[in-house]
Amino acid sequence: MVSFLWLIPLLPLAGAVINGVFGKRLSRGVIGFIASGSVALSFAISLTAFLQMLQLPESELPIVRNYFTWIQAGSFQASVGLLLDHLSGLMILIVTGVGLLIHVYSTAYMHDDPGFYRFFAYLNLFMFSMLTLVLANNYLLMFVGWEGVGLCSYLLIGFWFKKQSATDAGKKAFIVNRVGDFGFILAALLIFWTFKSVDYQQVFSAAAAMPADQLGMIGTLTAICLLMFVGATGKSAQIPLYVWLPDAMEGPTPVSALIHAATMVTAGVYMVARSAVLFDRAPGALLVVAVIGAATSLIAASIALVQTDIKKVLAYSTVSQLGYMFLACGAGAYAAGVFHLMTHAFFKALLFLGAGSVIHGMGGIQDIDKMGGLRKEMPWTFRTFLIGTLAIAGIPGLAGFFSKDMILAATWHSPNFGKVLWAIGLFVAGMTSFYMFRLLILTFTGRPRYTHHDVHHVHESPAPMLIPLIVLAFFSVIAGYVGIPPALTGHHEAIAEFLNLGTPAAEGAEHASVALEWMLMSASILAAGIGAFLAYLLYVLRPELPARVSSSAAALYSILTNKYYVDEIYNAVVIAPIVVTARQFLWRFVDAAIIDGAINGIGQSVRSSANTLRHLQTGNVRAYAGWILFGSILIVAWFLR
Amino acid sequence: MDFDKLILTLVTFTPAVGAIALLLFSRGNVKAIRAFALAVALITFIFSLHLIVHFDSAKSGFQFLVNVPWIPSAGIDYHMGIDGISVYLVLLATILMPLAILASWSIRDRAKEYFVFMLLLETGMVGVFSALDLFLFYIFWEVMLIPMYFLIGVWGGERRIYAAMKFVLFTLIGGVLMLVAILALYFSHGNATGEFTFSYPAILGALTEKAFVLAPRAELLLFLAFFLAFAIKVPLFPFHTWLPDAHVEAPTAGSVLLAGVLLKMGTYGLLRFSLPLFPNMSHLLAPLISLLAIIGIIYGALVAMVQPDMKKLVAYSSVSHLGFIVLGIFSFTAEGIEGAVYQMLNHGVSTGALFLLVGMIYERRHTRMIAEFGGIANRMPVYAAVFLIVTLSSIGLPGLNGFVGEFLVLLGTFGVSPARAAFAATGVILSAVYMLWMYQRVIWGEVTNPHNESLTDINTRERLTLVPLLLLIVWMGVYSSPFLRPMDTSVTNLLNRVQNSQGGDVRTVEKLPR
Repeated sequence: MVSFLWLIPLLPLAGAVINGVFGKRLSRGVIGFIASGSVALSFAISLTAFLQMLQLPESELPIVRNYFTWIQAGSFQASVGLLLDHLSGLMILIVTGVGLLIHVYSTAYMHDDPGFYRFFAYLNLFMFSMLTLVLANNYLLMFVGWEGVGLCSYLLIGFWFKKQSATDAGKKAFIVNRVGDFGFILAALLIFWTFKSVDYQQVFSAAAAMPADQLGMIGTLTAICLLMFVGATGKSAQIPLYVWLPDAMEGPTPVSALIHAATMVTAGVYMVARSAVLFDRAPGALLVVAVIGAATSLIAASIALVQTDIKKVLAYSTVSQLGYMFLACGAGAYAAGVFHLMTHAFFKALLFLGAGSVIHGMGGIQDIDKMGGLRKEMPWTFRTFLIGTLAIAGIPGLAGFFSKDMILAATWHSPNFGKVLWAIGLFVAGMTSFYMFRLLILTFTGRPRYTHHDVHHVHESPAPMLIPLIVLAFFSVIAGYVGIPPALTGHHEAIAEFLNLGTPAAEGAEHASVALEWMLMSASILAAGIGAFLAYLLYVLRPELPARVSSSAAALYSILTNKYYVDEIYNAVVIAPIVVTARQFLWRFVDAAIIDGAINGIGQSVRSSANTLRHLQTGNVRAYAGWILFGSILIVAWFLR
Repeated sequence: MDFDKLILTLVTFTPAVGAIALLLFSRGNVKAIRAFALAVALITFIFSLHLIVHFDSAKSGFQFLVNVPWIPSAGIDYHMGIDGISVYLVLLATILMPLAILASWSIRDRAKEYFVFMLLLETGMVGVFSALDLFLFYIFWEVMLIPMYFLIGVWGGERRIYAAMKFVLFTLIGGVLMLVAILALYFSHGNATGEFTFSYPAILGALTEKAFVLAPRAELLLFLAFFLAFAIKVPLFPFHTWLPDAHVEAPTAGSVLLAGVLLKMGTYGLLRFSLPLFPNMSHLLAPLISLLAIIGIIYGALVAMVQPDMKKLVAYSSVSHLGFIVLGIFSFTAEGIEGAVYQMLNHGVSTGALFLLVGMIYERRHTRMIAEFGGIANRMPVYAAVFLIVTLSSIGLPGLNGFVGEFLVLLGTFGVSPARAAFAATGVILSAVYMLWMYQRVIWGEVTNPHNESLTDINTRERLTLVPLLLLIVWMGVYSSPFLRPMDTSVTNLLNRVQNSQGGDVRTVEKLPR
């Protein structure tokens, strides 16, 4: 199946083209079948290729297939080629697996939408782009996927294009991502001029062979890594470019699950993990990654505490969890970051699809203040959502616990302010547990806060929506067992050895005592427990408390509900000045007044001087003779001077 | 006679012969007139395919040469030929012309004259890209002005006279300076070698072999004279203000050809004449010219962003895109120059398509104001989809054509100066801003303006004009080799000449003796 590697991205592309061009004339059943079927085939090929790869000895990896030259000019060359190794193998399984479930779910969720075919064409195009991104064997082809997923995200956020807020959000997502891509492009240029190639294998082997102590080299590598990370802050919604992701919730909920939670937004993490060889040699860049990751996870989690839109809570949660993944990468524990990427893909897709099921059942309501008691009407949605909540909150035994624990342990051992970052991570873990249980409690338990005037008939979702939920819930439980901590097994996490990224990570961990491991683990369990208990206290035991808390800290509360006013600040400091300068200064003044003014001025002066001179042309012969005489005298005078 | 010697003449003059034949048509028979014009343009296109099919990528120097004395006493020859840089520019002209004619189907007023001018324009365009005699080049350069002047001045919008005059005056000023410079070259070459000729290869060869040398001061003046002519045509900031006016007033087909082909004459001139003839001055002034190019990229994009008129927006976006091309040329790297030539083709295809698209809703609504539209996707879904693809091509989405050129330009520039590349790369962000903002305001949303309620989607003829460009957008984005390979040898050749005659490494230019 390895020889069919190219089919993995191409099948969804074919689906996208068929549905995009002919979709209007096809029935919904056929459209859904083509879209889901192409992804299912892609998943099947990915799975067999993955299993085949596992049979191969380490020396035969990675598997590389070059198909044709894409761009060649001067000394530059970029090919269209794919690379399969443990990292990209894991990624294609996540992408096609979760993608397949969400395609199936969408056939029901989007069933009554007039843009049905368009939706699946975009969704399939997204699969193509994402698979290109993770399978590419060079940075430039990765960029094709990178911008491709950005395009699909733009199209799907603005899917309901009649809504101004939706198209605004789509445009914002694309433009903010472009700011990040600016960094990516410069990184690619610098990579080429440093290593004379953009091919992963050539770049990494050249980087590995470089004298690591040479200051100039460290500087270049740091610049490369920081520029790449600028790209990552765009795609993976980190400070300062995270602002597009919460708005992206304007898109249909399956999109939020697939693109804005499980797969696309993790592209930045994938890129950093893929470039581990480079980041390992740029300690300064790693510190930046860790600090930004920690700060983002903290800030986003604090905003999530007070949101009342079910999708917004999950959106800020996603930003926060992505920060967690970068925290891991920044500590040099790339495998932990990818591990969390995987577990997060399962439980966050689950939570979003659960939220979609709730919204579907509630006839479009997203405000958790208008929900409550839904566990009776939607038992399966509730059960699976509960599992998702337990998983993300870091309750022992579920997937999120293991990956979070691995990140926190790695951070603790990191030489770069490890203890401080660990403390932040721990605090965020507590907040995560709190806001997730708050969401669960307010949505599913207690008395209904909606009236039958608002919602006609609350109902459980149909099977095509519930089956993906159950499958994802299953993985949200078991996916963690590939990363059982050393304290329990006595050797490294299986996932870390499998991925084998960067220098053998966190050497400190090697020597860490089992007692310390247990201590760190207990701390994270305790944090999750406290968060959950506080949610229980505030929203079940003493439901009058939240109002009191928010009124006693009104200023803080309003800062949080207004998301630190970041959008407003960006608007006032960046966007408005640029637009005003462009319109009033550059266009009206420089272009119209100065440049055209000068030109029209020349025209005017030519015309007016001609107007003056025209009076000399009187047609009066005596006057001409007089002028000739005058001229002759002047000439003679000049010769005689 | 061997067909290879005949082919360039055929491609160049078939349209002119067609134009003369068109004069015989009866004035009222619009259908026959436009069908004939279309047929002539298509035949020309088919002829031009011979050029690329039989082009030998490995060969350096000009191909399909024809060299016949024209005015022997003055050393003027009918000397034509193309190399890897010009071959696709000729094809760009010949492929855009039939599409432009298809887009002129609604022209009824003085249709005969209109199509005569269109075909004459094509002869001028192809001639400019293939003339190898400086005098011949100048003739084609100026000849092309006349039909464009009438196309804007007669079939244009409300302020067409102002725009046409502005266009002609700007170009003429540059043209006259260039003529003076050509004469100066002719005489100094003649005086030094005894052979008075306008032959470009002869003069270039003499300069390369140091058979005659230009004093630094003379080289500077000649460089500036040529440069000004080309910079106005490009147009490079701050010589660009004729462009928005000309575009806004020109009929759709005029805009397509103006942006698609005519602007490329400026950048082509820089590559063909400025760089090889005056390598020292090119190097010396490269930082300054690059600065103007970067200003153009950012300035054009920012001003495009705030335009209320779709055509003006696209016109300013051209200023920005052409900045990239100039930047690539003056990077003096193979990557940058190949990227620049690629970008010339891309811009022709994408911006040509954009003007066609704007023209299509202009024909339906007789306005180009963005504020008049909104929600077009509800009435014209196919149009909306095509517009999206062209928009993405214009903003350089990887996988489509625009990216390849833009990336190569940035790559070449970065090798010379990372700071220049970094500033230019902000254009990548800004292009997304102005294009997507326009797209949102025109295409998305609800139909709010009652005039847009009855809009009909694009018809078969309109689809036919767009399909070839869409195919090129995808093809050039995915598989660039057929386009980049032929120019490789010519660009290497050019760079060798520029570097050798200058006697050192490119990056040590600043240390040259003045």
